[in-house]
Amino acid sequence: MTTRLFGEPVARKEDGRFLTGRGRYTADFEPHAAHAAFVRSDLAHARITGIDTAAAGEVPGVLGVFTWTDLDGEVAERLPLLVPSDALVNPRTQHALARDEVCYAGEVVAMVVARDRYAAEDAAERILVEYEPLPPVVDLETAASPGAPTAHADMQDNLAGRVSEEHGDVDRALTAAPHVFGWRFVMERSAAMPLETRAVVARYDQTEDRLLIHDSTQAPTGVRFGLAMLFGMDTDRVHVVAPDVGGGFGQKVIQFYPEEVLVPWAARRLGVPVKWVEDRRENFIGSNQERGQIHDVRVGVDDEGRILGLEDRFLHDTGAYCSYGLILPIITAAQLPGPYRLENYRYELRSVFTNTVPTSPYRGAGRPHAAFVMERVIEKVAGELGLDSLDVRRRNFIQPDQFPYHVGVTFQDGGPTVYDSGDYERGLDALLAELDVERTRTELADWRRTGRTVGLGVAGYVEGTGIGPYEGASVSIDPDGTVSVATAHGTQGQAHETVFAQIAADELGTPLEGVRVTTGDTRRLGFGVGTYASRTAVVAGNAVLRAAQEVRRQAASVAARILEVAPEDVVFQDGSVHVAGAPDRRIPLGRLAMASNPTRYAFGRDAEEGARLSQLAYAGGDRPLPEGSRPGLAAVEYYSPTSGVFGFGFHGAVVEVDPETGEVRVLRYVVHHDSGRVINPMVVEGQIHGGVAQGIGGALYERIAYGPEGQVQNASFMDFLLVSAAEMPRIEQVHTETPSPNNPLGIKGVGEAGTIPVSAAIANALSDALGVPVDRMPVMPEDVLALVRAAE
Amino acid sequence: MKPAPFSYFAPRSLHEAVGLLVEHGDAAKVLAGGQSLVPMMAFRLAMPDVLVDLGGVGELEHSRVEGDTLVLGAMTRHRAVQDMGWLRTRCPLIVEGVELIGHPAIRNRGTVGGSLAHADPAAEWPAILLALDGEVDAVGPNGNRTIRAADLFQTYFTTALAPDEILTEVRLPLPDGAPTGSAFVEMARRHGDFAVAGVGTQISLHPNGTIVDARLALIGVADRPVRAGSAEAALRGHGPTEEVFAEAASVAIGEIEPSSDLHGSSDYRRHVAGVLVRRALTIAARRAAAA
Amino acid sequence: MTGAVDITLLVNGKTYTGRAEPRVTLADFLRDELRLTGTHLGCEHGACGACTVLMDGRTVRSCLLFAVQAQGHDLATVEGLAPAGGAEGLHPLQEAFHRMHALQCGFCTPGFLMSAYELLQSNPRPTEEEVRTWLSGNLCRCTGYQNIVEAVLAAAAEPEPEAHQ
Repeated sequence: MTTRLFGEPVARKEDGRFLTGRGRYTADFEPHAAHAAFVRSDLAHARITGIDTAAAGEVPGVLGVFTWTDLDGEVAERLPLLVPSDALVNPRTQHALARDEVCYAGEVVAMVVARDRYAAEDAAERILVEYEPLPPVVDLETAASPGAPTAHADMQDNLAGRVSEEHGDVDRALTAAPHVFGWRFVMERSAAMPLETRAVVARYDQTEDRLLIHDSTQAPTGVRFGLAMLFGMDTDRVHVVAPDVGGGFGQKVIQFYPEEVLVPWAARRLGVPVKWVEDRRENFIGSNQERGQIHDVRVGVDDEGRILGLEDRFLHDTGAYCSYGLILPIITAAQLPGPYRLENYRYELRSVFTNTVPTSPYRGAGRPHAAFVMERVIEKVAGELGLDSLDVRRRNFIQPDQFPYHVGVTFQDGGPTVYDSGDYERGLDALLAELDVERTRTELADWRRTGRTVGLGVAGYVEGTGIGPYEGASVSIDPDGTVSVATAHGTQGQAHETVFAQIAADELGTPLEGVRVTTGDTRRLGFGVGTYASRTAVVAGNAVLRAAQEVRRQAASVAARILEVAPEDVVFQDGSVHVAGAPDRRIPLGRLAMASNPTRYAFGRDAEEGARLSQLAYAGGDRPLPEGSRPGLAAVEYYSPTSGVFGFGFHGAVVEVDPETGEVRVLRYVVHHDSGRVINPMVVEGQIHGGVAQGIGGALYERIAYGPEGQVQNASFMDFLLVSAAEMPRIEQVHTETPSPNNPLGIKGVGEAGTIPVSAAIANALSDALGVPVDRMPVMPEDVLALVRAAE
Repeated sequence: MKPAPFSYFAPRSLHEAVGLLVEHGDAAKVLAGGQSLVPMMAFRLAMPDVLVDLGGVGELEHSRVEGDTLVLGAMTRHRAVQDMGWLRTRCPLIVEGVELIGHPAIRNRGTVGGSLAHADPAAEWPAILLALDGEVDAVGPNGNRTIRAADLFQTYFTTALAPDEILTEVRLPLPDGAPTGSAFVEMARRHGDFAVAGVGTQISLHPNGTIVDARLALIGVADRPVRAGSAEAALRGHGPTEEVFAEAASVAIGEIEPSSDLHGSSDYRRHVAGVLVRRALTIAARRAAAA
Repeated sequence: MTGAVDITLLVNGKTYTGRAEPRVTLADFLRDELRLTGTHLGCEHGACGACTVLMDGRTVRSCLLFAVQAQGHDLATVEGLAPAGGAEGLHPLQEAFHRMHALQCGFCTPGFLMSAYELLQSNPRPTEEEVRTWLSGNLCRCTGYQNIVEAVLAAAAEPEPEAHQ
């Protein structure tokens, strides 16, 4: 066997094109396409009483102007509900173009297609929409209150859905508990902000009735099936490619955003390729956001801080529509216990409509809220009882011998939440060792004596990753010996081209350069689900393994016939097969691939083997293709996990506050992380770096600010403050590996891990620094200054 | 986010440029470095019918020292000032202020004259001009005139320049004689962001150690950059002590009228301005003492 | 003139001619007219740095410059960064980005490379803090910046590279 690539920090295969300007993002396709621009509601809630498009149509270069009345068939109906649920009492989704009511500022009202984006914007500006304003409801708590204005004119209240579950007997536990506390925790609205905005390009070939779409999406397969159904086309006439995608972080997993339907629709209607590249302003008001929850917790503990019972009643802001169902708050509820045993746990969640941009997963997806609540509870319990919060954590940890561990509530996939493996004590110890916690505490005490306002915070989490339903992989060997791997989900920077190549190369004994990976192209593989929920390496990775194993089996069988040995004696090494113990009896994989395809004609020099084999077989009275075998070396396999696999970790933050201005500096940020076995440690560390940056942004800089009338007030990169290199601390990392018993590779997902506990760790550190609780995130300098004053 | 259509003119001389402004009146807008105007055009918050690009007007790109005055042509890029190494010790207020403007690519394009004419109340150049009691020249159809710093800034994004006038030159008196120290400090949410509040200061000391001259220019705290005259008066004749600086800070925050926005309420900005006055004075005093 | 005008640009040592309205930004002209799509647009208001290119050796935001303004200047984009503009070789900065895993989705990468290039031209041995400050005008949503900073420091530690032209 060649040196094993699994587990090695190999440099990425995909880098070359990105470094030289040859990456191909959606906006780079179809340079001569017409461009779309959209008219979006500037009111958060209104009835549309008229739309005058006449002036727009007169702008030079305009090819079409469309409103809801122009839409036909299924396209005129409300967009599909992506994740249905019986608990949704008002499963409301939006129209591709608003019909008669707009429910958030940014909702699409009209579409223009013109020769270029400049002209399209000129025309969009000339469309006059008449509105009859309706009272908007913007604030989450207000929206959940009786008698509040409703986000939708036809609804009686703003409830989208409600779920409650109980594990154990919380009332009894709280009654019996020596100490019971009640606290409120708030997390505000934020957004993913991928550097590449969304984009769609559609080309319709009338002659062949084929639609080809390039879409900056995390889920090309869903877009394809969905569009085929909406347009009444055969699925095989619709293809969707997610080419290079400039970041997604959840925002690009929605199927569909209105533009994803309208752009292909317009391409069919107008008979020209149509392109839409979202601009940043549109991204702020037209692409989904997240966070936005209010938790009211009651917790009962004993004198040592053991949690006897916990109840969490919380509100989740679903925005104006709920196409993602109740998944986000359900994730929060299921993941709230984290690494702790909650034998009596009850939650009641209410998902509430507001006249704001709809919400759906953003990196962390409900889990940052969960970790924030749970880790603040731990810290506050310790504070109330005068205990060391690290001891309180240890006392409540699920123990290594308790796995598989049943949390007792329903997981996001509808099954029970069952942790597959974990060793939380070891993880915390690893963090504390990396942090050198005793020295850090001494150092902080010294700094405090010199007047500095500093603090240390720790927070842990458990993240359900690698969920189903399934993902697939196609693996084949080309005549030149290249191992060709294809998966159907999209890639947004997670190094899938490299890590899948590592898996396939190991299995087939080829060097990394001998593997070519394609992702997100339904022309290569039609079945798959998407890139979300830190699932792709786990689910697609195991599918790649299976398909590679199947190709290996086929190759061994063909080689065994040619070399006249048993398949078990075929060794895969350096892009060839050879007989065990006889490395000179070798066949390169490419020739083996040709040989496995017995042909009538030697259509190329390397194909002679196939033709010769065919003749030999007949000469010997055999079938050229033995019973049970297939031509070529190719397989498509799928992997469907029984449930998620649960990574975990602990973060430690050292912060300093400027007590005069309220500015916060993160002096140290230390990460412990465990996602089972690691395919490529360099890639895993990179995922953590990025996740932590989004976490620190979410804790101290980034917030979507809505005005009282429901407009986003900071819809630019001048006012929505993405962290830059100057604000980020150097991140220190330590890893443990607790393999998952649930999949052959033993891996778990890592995509969201870096983000999840950051707000909690920063809040705990700030609370430590200031001596007052920080129970709301994010905190900006002015908020911190108010806390400083409260502490005085 | 594409700009609306406009007619573009690239005059080669000031005379030609002024002629274009006269011809097109209010419809025309001067394009200098474009680092503020073009983003506004991208959002279609600014939709000029005519752009008069000064990029080709060579006579606006000069810089020199005349006696104790730094003379900068209006099209001098921020980067060019930042690169004047000698200025860092002679008048750190200028270089420190300039270094707080945006990021390298912004400073490579943005111009001194553009920043002054744009008159963003949170921008650095207006404070530098005010703190140093500088002046600018402007040329219009009726010829040249000089405008003192104190008369230039009127309110948000509004100056004493007429629509058909072009700011041509900036003159900044540099410190001389008495030991002098200066500093520019600000609080911004991220490196390179517009200031939540900022202070440019310069103080000169008498041989006996007392303050003989003090200038305080504050940004981000009113509809225009503010010279805190009463705070300056409270400093003169006193020693550069913590107590004196604290007193000056409390006077200064009475001279400003911050408005509230996403990055800070009026009260917060006022408070931060006071903190920054104290910090800026402390740095400037240390430098003056070492001069 | 609001109508389209002829625009001639010198990009990566090569002269290109195209037509565009005066309002067309340099970024759009490079991408749509010259098909140099390595320059990306992340915000179109000068805040993210993805569109950073060199003009006369200095970084500029190509979204804040109209193509007509760039005539007569010497422009360089990411496509011209590798020695001789070839597809095979990599500039030491590009190599360091590859080695240190300084890119994930790759969208911001061209802007970072151009900014880092100017930094090393003007300050060949920057400290970590200088790198972080300099690059603070380029936003990245994937890497947390750490490996970008490492890569720039690593490239700075190498012998002086050949300039792009």
